[in-house]
Amino acid sequence: MTPAATLAAAATTGPGFLSPTGVEIAFLLVGLATLGAALVTVTTRQLVHAALWLVVTLGGIAVEYLLLTAEFIAWVQVLIYLGSVIVLLLFGLMLTKAPIGRSPDADSGNRPIALGVAVVAAVALVWVVVDAFRTTWIDLDGPVQGSTKVSGEILFQHWVLPFEALSVLLLAALIGAIVLSRRNDPADAGDAGDADARDKGKR
Amino acid sequence: MHLAYPAVLAALLFCTGLYGVLARRNAILVLMSVELMLNAVNLNLVAFDVWLRDTLHAGQALTLFTIAIAAAEIGIGLAIVLMVYRNRGTSDVDRLRDTAEGHEPDPNATGDSTADTTSTARPEVAA
Amino acid sequence: MSTTTLAVLVPLLPFLGAVAGLLLGRTAPGFVRPLAILPTLAAAVLAVTVAVRQGGGQPISTATELTPTGSVPIDLSLYIDGFAALVAVLVGVVATCVQLYSTAYLREDPRYPSYAALVSLFTSAMLLVVYSGDLMVLLVGWEVMGICSYFLVGHYWETEAARSASLKAFLVTKLGDVPFLIGLFALATDAGSFRITKILGTVAAGGLDHPTLIALLLLAGVAGKSAQFPLHTWLPDAMAGPTPVSALIHAATMVAAGVYFIARLLPVFAASAAALVVMAVMAAVTMVGSALAALAQDDIKRVLAYSTIGQLAYMTGALAVGDRGAAVFHLLSHGAFKALLFLGAGVIIHAAGTNSLAAMSRMDGLAKRIPDAFWTMTIALLALAAIPPFAGFFSKEAVLVAAEQTATGHSDLAPSAAGWLVLISGVLTALLTAAYAARLWLMAFRGRGTPAPDHGKEPLAMTGVLWLLAVPSVAFGLAADSLADWFDGRALTPTVATSVLGTGAALLGAMLTYALWQRATARAASAPAAGPARRATAAEQPAAVAATVSAATAAAESAAETPEVAEVTHEHPAVPAGPAADPGRALLGPLHRHAADGFHLDALYDRLFVRPVRAAARLVGFLDREVVDTYVRGAGSGTRLLGGLVRRAQTGNVQSYLSALLAGAVVLAIATAVLANVNAGS
Repeated sequence: MTPAATLAAAATTGPGFLSPTGVEIAFLLVGLATLGAALVTVTTRQLVHAALWLVVTLGGIAVEYLLLTAEFIAWVQVLIYLGSVIVLLLFGLMLTKAPIGRSPDADSGNRPIALGVAVVAAVALVWVVVDAFRTTWIDLDGPVQGSTKVSGEILFQHWVLPFEALSVLLLAALIGAIVLSRRNDPADAGDAGDADARDKGKR
Repeated sequence: MHLAYPAVLAALLFCTGLYGVLARRNAILVLMSVELMLNAVNLNLVAFDVWLRDTLHAGQALTLFTIAIAAAEIGIGLAIVLMVYRNRGTSDVDRLRDTAEGHEPDPNATGDSTADTTSTARPEVAA
Repeated sequence: MSTTTLAVLVPLLPFLGAVAGLLLGRTAPGFVRPLAILPTLAAAVLAVTVAVRQGGGQPISTATELTPTGSVPIDLSLYIDGFAALVAVLVGVVATCVQLYSTAYLREDPRYPSYAALVSLFTSAMLLVVYSGDLMVLLVGWEVMGICSYFLVGHYWETEAARSASLKAFLVTKLGDVPFLIGLFALATDAGSFRITKILGTVAAGGLDHPTLIALLLLAGVAGKSAQFPLHTWLPDAMAGPTPVSALIHAATMVAAGVYFIARLLPVFAASAAALVVMAVMAAVTMVGSALAALAQDDIKRVLAYSTIGQLAYMTGALAVGDRGAAVFHLLSHGAFKALLFLGAGVIIHAAGTNSLAAMSRMDGLAKRIPDAFWTMTIALLALAAIPPFAGFFSKEAVLVAAEQTATGHSDLAPSAAGWLVLISGVLTALLTAAYAARLWLMAFRGRGTPAPDHGKEPLAMTGVLWLLAVPSVAFGLAADSLADWFDGRALTPTVATSVLGTGAALLGAMLTYALWQRATARAASAPAAGPARRATAAEQPAAVAATVSAATAAAESAAETPEVAEVTHEHPAVPAGPAADPGRALLGPLHRHAADGFHLDALYDRLFVRPVRAAARLVGFLDREVVDTYVRGAGSGTRLLGGLVRRAQTGNVQSYLSALLAGAVVLAIATAVLANVNAGS
C-alpha cells in the first residue's frame, strides 16, 4: 500500500483516489464494463440480446465479488445466475414468442418518466454514498473472508435456521410455479413437464 | 480499496435496473431489470461485509439467501408471465390494463391513455 | 270524596273524555255522543258541587310537587276561591250546553267525533286555567286552549276563510303569548315562585321589583287571548268556525281566560298605576271601537263577535279601576247571555239559510218560524243592551259603579283618570250597544219581503239549550247581592245615578235605532220604484259619489248573502236583491264604511307587519337558494371535479403507478438527505 502523501486532505485512514492500487484499477475497469453491459441490457431493442448482455453484467458482478475476496459467492453467482436464471429467462422469451431481431416497441411510453426517476435517484444515491464513504477504506489483506470453508462454517453454524427456512421457501416456490404453469386443458397436459424441468434446473 | 467504488457501482447498477423496470415493455425484460437491482444490492452486501470484517459474515450469508430468493422469484415470475401470455396473447405490461378506470373488455385496446399517464405523472418527477 | 278530589276531577273528566273520543271516534261512532256530553256534564255537576262546598269562604289551596324543577319550583296546585268556583260553574254549564247543542247542529258533519273531542279538550284546558294555583300549569291550559281554538276555528278547513282565520287566530294570540311568557318568568323571578298564593303574598309585602314591566308584559298576553285592542282582529274572523264553537270559545270561555287571569293577579296589576291606566285606555278604545264596528257589520256572527270584544272591554275596564268582583260578575252574566246569543244565531242561520242581516231583513216572518230562538234571542239582546231587570243590567251597572267610584275618588285602588275614562266610554258604549242590539233584532226578526223558508221545527237539543241559557240571562242579576260575598265583598248592586245614566243611554240608543229603522224601511219600500229613476239622474247630480258608494256596498251585501261556511246544509230560495233597511248606515253616516271594515286595522297590520315579514322571508329564501346553496353545491361539484382528476390517473398501467411511487420515494429520500445535511451543518 502506498502512503497517501499526495492528497493530504482525504488521507487519514488510507490512500486517496489519485493513488490507486492494482486491485482498484481492476475493480474500476470491470465495474465500468459491468455498468456498460447493464445499460445495454436495459436499452437494447433486441430482446435476446438483452438477455445475453445480462450474462455479461452478472459475470462482471461475479468478478467484482472475486476482487472483494468473496469467492464462494462469486461461484454461486456464476452457477445460479449465469447457469440457470439466464437460461430460464431465455426459455421465457422463447415461450412468449418474443420477436427475434430489433423490435421497435421494446420500450413503453413510460420511458421519459423512467429516465427522470432513474437519473434523479442515481444522482441522489451517488451523492449520498460518496458523501458518506469518501474516505472509507477496505482492507483486503489479512485472513481470507469469503472462501468456501469460511462461508460453509458460518452458514452451518450461525445461519442454519434461516437456511433451512429458505429451503422451505424454495419448495413452496417450486410448487407454486408448477401450479401456475400447469394447463387446465387436458389436451395440453404435456406442457406441464417443462415447468417442472425449469424448476429442477434452478435448484 | 475504497468502499466508495463498490458502493457507487452498486448505486448505479440499481438505478439502471430501476430504469429498466420502469421503461421496458416486455414483462421478461422487466424481470431482467429486477435481477439487476437485486445484484446491485448483493454487491453492496458483500462490499460492506468485507469492510466490516463481520465475524458472522451476515452480508455474505444474506447475499446467498438473496440469490436463492431471486431464483425462486424468477421461477414464479416467469410462470406468471407465461400464464398471462397464454391467456392474453401478450406479455406487454402496458397492455394489461384491467384495473383502469372505465376499462373496456377488449384487452388489446391500449388507447391513447399512455399520453394521459405521462401528463399526470410528470409533476411528481419534476418535484 | 273531599272537595280537593272533586276539584281535580273537574278538569280531568273532560280531558279523559277528549282522549277517549279521539281514540274511539273512528272505531266506535256510537260512543261519540255520550263521550262528548257525559264527561262535560259530570264536570259541570262537580264544579257546582265544588262551588257549593267552597261557598265563597276561605280559598281552598293545595299543592303537590311532582319533581324538583330547579330554582323556581313548579307545583301541581289548586287554588279555588269564589272567583274560580263560579267561573268553573259557568264554563261547565256553557260547555255542556254547547255539547248538547252540537249533537243536533253538527249531526250530519263527518268530522263530528274529532270536533266533540276537541271541544272537550278545550273545556278541560279552560277548567285547568280556572282551577290552577300555579302559573306554569295555568300556562299549559292557556296554550292548549290556543291550539284547540286553532283546530276548531279551522273546522271547515275546506274553505279558504276558515283556514286563514284559524291561522290568524293562532298567530295573533301567540303574538301576545310570547310577552306573556316572558312576563310570567319575570314575575316568578321576582316572587321566587309560580304559586299564585306566594306571588300574591310577595305583592302584598311590596316585594315586586318591576311591577309596571311585568304588568304590561302580562297585559299583552291577555290582550291577545281576550281580544282587546290592538290584538282583537282575530276574533271577528274566527267566526268562520261552527257557531257552537263561537259560542263556547269565543264568547264564554277562551276570551274570558284573559280577564279571569287579570282578576286572579289583580294585585300585581294594581301595584302599577301606569299599567292600570294603559288597561283603561285599552278598554275604552276597544269598547267604543268594537261597538261602532258591530253597528256596521252585516254578518250576524260578526256583529256578535264585535259585541263580545266590547263586553270583554267592559270587564277589562272594571279591572282597570281595580274592581275584580264587577269584572267577574260581568264575565259570568255575559258568558250566559253571549252563549245564548251565539247559539240562537246558529238557529237563525239554520232557519234563514244565510249569515247576512241584510238578507234576513228582506224575509218575512222569520220570528214565527223559530219562536224559541226569537224569544230567547230577545231576552239575550235585552240583557246585552243592559235593560233592567235582565242580567246584563246588573253586571254592567256593577262595572259603571266601580268606575264612578274611582272617578269621584271614593275608591283609591286606581287613578281617577282611569275611572273617568272607563265611565265615559262605558256610558257611550251602553248607548251603542243598545243600538246594535236593536238593529240586530229589528233586521233579523222584523224583516219585510218574501216569506222566510220553512225548514220544519228545530231539534229539541237546540231549542232546549236556548231556554236553559235564557234562565240565567233573565235572573242572574238578582243574585248580585249574594254574589258579593263570593268575591271581594264590595257591593255589586247598582246605584241610582249610574243606573239612570246607563239605562237612559241604552234606551236612547234603542229608540234612535228604531226611529232610523222606521225611516229606512219606509224608504226601502219605495225604493224599487224610485231606484231606476234615481240611478238615471245620478250622473247629473253632484252626489254621484254617494251613489257609487251605495252601489259598492250593495255588491258587498250580496256577496255576504251566501253563507261563509258550509254549515247550512239545506236549500234555501234565492232572496231578491234590493236595498235593505239598515238603521246602522244612517246612524253611523260617513263612519259606516270604515267601521264595516274594522277601521282598516287588518289592512294596517298587513302593511306594517305581514308585508315586511313576507319580504324578509323572500330575502332569506333568496339567500338560502342562491348564496348558501352555492356553497353546498360547490362542495359537491368540487369533490366531483377532484374525483374526476384522480380518476384520470387510474390508467391501469402498472408502470406509471410504480413510477409515481418511486418518484415520491426519491423526493422523500432527497428531502431526508438535505435535511440531515442542513441539520448536521448547523
